[in-house]
Amino acid sequence: MMSDIRTYEQPREAGFGDYVQLLKPRVMSLVVFTALVGLLVAPVSVHPVVAMASILFIALGAGASGALNMWWDADIDAVMRRTAKRPVPAGKVEAGEALGLGMALSGISIVMLALASNWLAAGLLTFTIFFYAVIYSMWLKRSTPQNIVIGGAAGAFPPMIGWVAATGSISLEAVLMFALIFMWTPPHFWALALFMKEDYSNAGVPMLTVTHGLRATRKHIWVYTVLLAPVAVGAAFTRIGGPTYLAASLVLNGWFLWGAWRIWHRDDIVAETDNYVVEKLVFRFSLYYLFLHFGALLAEAALRPYGLGGW
Amino acid sequence: MVWEVGEVTFRPEHELHNRRFSRNLGVGLSLSVFIALIFALTVVKITKEGKMKYNADEAVQVEVQ
Repeated sequence: MMSDIRTYEQPREAGFGDYVQLLKPRVMSLVVFTALVGLLVAPVSVHPVVAMASILFIALGAGASGALNMWWDADIDAVMRRTAKRPVPAGKVEAGEALGLGMALSGISIVMLALASNWLAAGLLTFTIFFYAVIYSMWLKRSTPQNIVIGGAAGAFPPMIGWVAATGSISLEAVLMFALIFMWTPPHFWALALFMKEDYSNAGVPMLTVTHGLRATRKHIWVYTVLLAPVAVGAAFTRIGGPTYLAASLVLNGWFLWGAWRIWHRDDIVAETDNYVVEKLVFRFSLYYLFLHFGALLAEAALRPYGLGGW
Repeated sequence: MVWEVGEVTFRPEHELHNRRFSRNLGVGLSLSVFIALIFALTVVKITKEGKMKYNADEAVQVEVQ
């Protein structure tokens, strides 16, 4: 007797960790850090509970925009090696669930931030989520090689929101913290795109490396790093800066400029032969660059009560 | 392996049940943290507003005197 065996592939039920992955926890950790610095360097004292709640809801808003991004980009995430294991393309979570989670957390984070701090901070968070999910993910990412340049604004808002949550207004210092991340984003992502070129090409994402080639991208990295340096160093001469920040910023920008210069003057064939060792080094360094700049701002704020921070 | 106690049958736990439990636990803990945070925020806001009102009332009383 022949047995008729049929197998049904049941969708794998998602665990809690899969939903956490939708919120891009690594990006969230950077958001928490920069927003916390924005809030702590502000020249007003904030109640610890209000501060903690504000940071949590800013991070939750960033996570919500990450989930919305994963819902919209599921098709290209599946093609790219770097993103293929994300919960939606990996089949762990349905795209609709990512959309639902993103929308729900967006609403919760905005309303709660308004109640915890103020409506200006909540308004900026709303704009950030909209900018990342709609302007960047739905529009710019697939239509222009300048996607990273303009889209970088979404990642630049958290320290400004932290500052506004504390002070209730936007000032030069908040704008400079925004500008620091905004100008840092292009060289950071283009360094990544140099050694991940095929990923973007396969997915049809018009990164600069795909549309204008590696030579043009190398030049762009150099130009943006040159433009970044005065913004980063300039923050040293405001209320949030000081000698510690200035020294750190000079060293970090010197190193970043040196790395960008090397990237610009490298031959594509040599880079491919040594497996993009310089590009990978500069990419990793750029993460430390941002972390240490905000760390130095925090150090200035921490030293100020002892008469050591600031000018 | 199946254990039988009277009429109740205990089946070994499937991996799916562990995953569901972890999800329920995660949601439960997240909600607990959220509730605790709302409560703490409420206490802080009420205390702060109460202090501000008290200070304002005192200032008015001083002016009247």
